[in-house]
Amino acid sequence: MTLPSSIPPMGQREKLLEMSGVDKIFNGNVVALKDMNLTVNQGDFISLLGPSGCGKSTALRLISGLMRPTSGQIAWEGGMKTGDLGVVFQEPTLMPWATVEQNVWLPFRLRGKSMADVQDEIMWALKMVGLEKFQKSYPRELSGGMKMRVSIARSLVTEPRLILMDEPFAALDEITRHKLNNDLLELREKLKCTVIFVTHSVFESVFLSDRIVVMAARPGRVSSEVTVDAPYPRTEEFRTSADYAELCRKASDALHAAMNEHGARASA
Amino acid sequence: MSTTDINTAPIVDEEELRYARAQKREKIGKWVLPVLVIALAIFFWDRIVVWNNIPHYLLPGPGLVLETLIQDWGMLSSALWVTVKITLAALAVAVIGGVGLAILFTQSRYFEMSFYPFAVILQVTPVVSIAPLIFIYVDSRLAGLLLCAWIVAFFPILSNTTLGLNSTDHNLRDLYKIYGATRWQRLRYLQLPTALPYFLGGLRIAGGLSLIGAVVAEYVAGTGGIGSGLAFRILEAGYRLNIPRMFAALLLIAATGVVIFTAASLLSHFLLHKWHESAIKRES
Repeated sequence: MTLPSSIPPMGQREKLLEMSGVDKIFNGNVVALKDMNLTVNQGDFISLLGPSGCGKSTALRLISGLMRPTSGQIAWEGGMKTGDLGVVFQEPTLMPWATVEQNVWLPFRLRGKSMADVQDEIMWALKMVGLEKFQKSYPRELSGGMKMRVSIARSLVTEPRLILMDEPFAALDEITRHKLNNDLLELREKLKCTVIFVTHSVFESVFLSDRIVVMAARPGRVSSEVTVDAPYPRTEEFRTSADYAELCRKASDALHAAMNEHGARASA
Repeated sequence: MSTTDINTAPIVDEEELRYARAQKREKIGKWVLPVLVIALAIFFWDRIVVWNNIPHYLLPGPGLVLETLIQDWGMLSSALWVTVKITLAALAVAVIGGVGLAILFTQSRYFEMSFYPFAVILQVTPVVSIAPLIFIYVDSRLAGLLLCAWIVAFFPILSNTTLGLNSTDHNLRDLYKIYGATRWQRLRYLQLPTALPYFLGGLRIAGGLSLIGAVVAEYVAGTGGIGSGLAFRILEAGYRLNIPRMFAALLLIAATGVVIFTAASLLSHFLLHKWHESAIKRES
């Protein structure tokens, strides 16, 4: 797979995936997601931001193919092949009986590739997350942040076209979280990968993404989209800049608008 | 009293030393205490027999039991061998049957619905009450004993392994699904490793139960002549009021149980010590 030399600016990116009119209804009456339309372009870093119950995790599960939409379509440009998708959950979700390298091997192993065949790819992925010295360690020997890095290495070892992240840093302390935010952006610069990132933190979504899809609850739906046009690479400097604060306010306003939409409806 | 005193003072303070001593005591105590208690128990057993002049046909002293054990070793060892053979064979079949059934149960819900009640019925019916029937229908005495021991031993393995196979992390399940794992891959790489600690817990229980099953079945089977196990020797010795031999045989049964339990624990430690919480030593 050939990677573009740099991520083109928004508006000039090729389409990767399109969700059109996607509904998800549970048990025939609980509407988890209503009429979601989203075009994901190659190189996008999209955050799905919203309160709990807004269907952001449902959207992710639909894209990953774990669930089928009740109606509507999710179409990959050029069809979806194995290895096109990497996933990171809220928990590191590592197999405790397997070493770090065996955990990262998993996506390949399930495709019938031996460890020896993909040793280089595994080492490359571990280097990407800075854990090349821990390949023989067991997950229990690692800290929470390091486990998450292994999980990220596993998601990118197949060089997927799209990486889905479901609140991956929510359970980590703030210092680790900031570090991993920075590292994730660095990875993205190197890999030019496309990411859909679910979060309920306004600050995290602004720092990481170039597109924030704000979602509202009951029924789960897309409320608005905020574009974050601050240039990459973003560093700690950006995190404390006035631009960042301004963008956070914008995103926060959009989020409140989304929540009030629901409030108005509930009180009506 | 000078500054050099302070400089040469040890870095570890009183409290730390006390803690280190307590740790050391505990380490030694872990081995010494049980040995000491058993030794004391044997000593008082001996003293009570001697002080009260208890005749050996009522309660033999430990010395006499040991003597009998050595004297009758020829007969007892062959009986021990029979019991051990039945126990281990039953355990092996219980492992194969229990794990096999557990895998079938998790692969097909209909299979589980259909056959789980049978497993429960087999488990809750006391083996003593099934054994006479088994010996009516099964010609081979050895096969009958094996069957009885198996019925007792297989259930803990079945239920523990089933629980383990169903305890996989749901996120890992999702991950396997996303990466397109086949049913066999999921079983082999995810469910079986998850079930391993549960299975080993079941194995420890089943090891003891298979011995109990073998002994109980032999009691029910009664006289067998050649090729009899320890339980039969105990019965026989009881009829002849050879109490020391009963104790000697009992000792061998208990020792067998301890060896099986230890072996299962060692296996468990060997397989789990690298990753499972139950086998990891922690600081503090």
